[in-house]
Amino acid sequence: MLAFTIKRILATVPTLIAASMLIFLFIHLIPGDPAAILLGDTATPEEIAVLTKQMGLDQPVYVQYLKWLTNLLQGDLGTSIFFQVPVLSVIADGAETSGFLALMTMIWIIVLGIPIGAIAATKHGTWIDQITSGAAMFAASVPTFWLGLYLILIFAVGLGWLPSSGYPSIFEEGGLANLRYLLLPSLTLAAPNAALIIRLVRASMLDVQREDYVRTARSKGLHPVRVAYKHVFRNALIAVAAAFGFTFAALVSEAVVTETVFSLPGIGRTVVQSILRRDYPVIQGVILVIVVLYMVVNLLVDLAYSWLDPRVSLK
Amino acid sequence: MMVRETPILETEKTRFLSNLLLPFRGRILASIGLAWLVLMAFFAIFAPWITPYDPLAIEPVARLTEPGATHFFGTDHFGRDTFSRCIYGARMALLIGLGTVFVSLTVGGFIGMVSAYFTRIGSVLMRVVDVLMAFPALLLALVLMTLFERSVINTIIVIGIVYTTTTARILYGMVLKLKNEVFVDAAICSGVGHTSILLRHILPNLISPLLVQASFIFAFAQLQAAALDFLGLGLPPEIPSWGNMLSESRIYVTRASWLLIYPGLLIILSVFSMNLVGDAARDSLDPRFKDDIAGV
Repeated sequence: MLAFTIKRILATVPTLIAASMLIFLFIHLIPGDPAAILLGDTATPEEIAVLTKQMGLDQPVYVQYLKWLTNLLQGDLGTSIFFQVPVLSVIADGAETSGFLALMTMIWIIVLGIPIGAIAATKHGTWIDQITSGAAMFAASVPTFWLGLYLILIFAVGLGWLPSSGYPSIFEEGGLANLRYLLLPSLTLAAPNAALIIRLVRASMLDVQREDYVRTARSKGLHPVRVAYKHVFRNALIAVAAAFGFTFAALVSEAVVTETVFSLPGIGRTVVQSILRRDYPVIQGVILVIVVLYMVVNLLVDLAYSWLDPRVSLK
Repeated sequence: MMVRETPILETEKTRFLSNLLLPFRGRILASIGLAWLVLMAFFAIFAPWITPYDPLAIEPVARLTEPGATHFFGTDHFGRDTFSRCIYGARMALLIGLGTVFVSLTVGGFIGMVSAYFTRIGSVLMRVVDVLMAFPALLLALVLMTLFERSVINTIIVIGIVYTTTTARILYGMVLKLKNEVFVDAAICSGVGHTSILLRHILPNLISPLLVQASFIFAFAQLQAAALDFLGLGLPPEIPSWGNMLSESRIYVTRASWLLIYPGLLIILSVFSMNLVGDAARDSLDPRFKDDIAGV
């Protein structure tokens, strides 16, 4: 187990380095002088010259990369052109919103996805199964932003039950009740992902049902509910846990859209706005943080997987 | 001999067609999905003859007209006919879908096959694919779009790149499985070259799984393109695509809900249909490849 853990962590390092190189090179792929790009349209030639020297843009690319990497490891992700503050603090500003959004979405996904998937699997082949599977595929076919706009139209504009946009911090007036601002966004974000989890839980439960140990459990006369829960469901969850890395990537992508629809001050909207404002240091920084986070999630998922299912690390 | 050969060829042809439709036997929903896609393709191809109005014609007097006899799906904030724009939107959907499938299957297919067959090149190429896969799909598309101008071809390339990695990974797995089959050994022993083995012995076995994968890529590409359009980073704003229509009408939806409903329903029904078709086709696949396909 320990050997597997170390091996798995070490395997992440080359990918991480390659990804960081790619993100670093991003600024060089944009046509034009990187210093001029980083400073924006209003920069004077003197400022450009100063930054060129400061960033070492007159030095070979690998020196620049190493310098960038050293800054990175010291927590310096550069300065936002638009805000004129460190990129790290721009990211930190969006972290609360995006964090709570992710948390609430995960709760929806687990609460909706796992039980419905399990019911579909136990009622395999019946109309209940057909309807839930069909509905899940339908939900996965709905564009996130469209669902968001529609929910706003119904619950915010029509019924007036929930706020349509924005999110004041829970540390401001209103406290934890401010989380209601994230109710519609999290539901929007959860829908397509819950749909995938429903299909996944169903499929892996059907797989496990064919295993020998399930047949043994049945033939020794265990109650069907006990077999379904203790033998099938719990083992099927292992495959579901393994899919959470994939879910994370989907969540990040769709959060960008959802935060834009609901005008939430999160990291996702920051990415979109930075792209529209050509605020390259912020784009670079956010992408880097997300990629690192994604790799850490995948690492944790793999480790959790081998812990849940010891057969994995033996391979 | 000649007399016997012709009917055999004919039955093979008809068998090919019935084989293509085989996955839809007894699956009502998937058949409806297929019919919907055929209808959309028809709309896309014959758009100029079907639409009652020019999709770009501005009619200020008729702005935000409710759906009715003159404008089936109503009009938008410029008075443009939503129905005509929706029909032309099918054209964009088809173009983006086919383009993405083409880019991802050719480039991704090439990378995957070569990597699996020549393991030494593969160890390098697949690492590159791994690195690109470390970027969440839409994010990668967004970043790439910042490097390019907004245009149809660039949107296709960008979404194509995103699915190139998935396709490469899938083909890599499938070719690795096939490589050790006896018929490949037999071909090697009889002195067939590498290119010929890949193209004439391995590739034909992968056609059906690739077609199934293509249907899912087609569906995903629609959602990605719509999201890019919505964020203002996809097709140029003057092009009537379903995503652009939704993006533009966003601020008017409280007054004109039809602007949200019709393009949205077209996206949903098309993606849903494509997923149903892909799902049905996957179920009739060779069991060896079933788990490789990354669908819904």
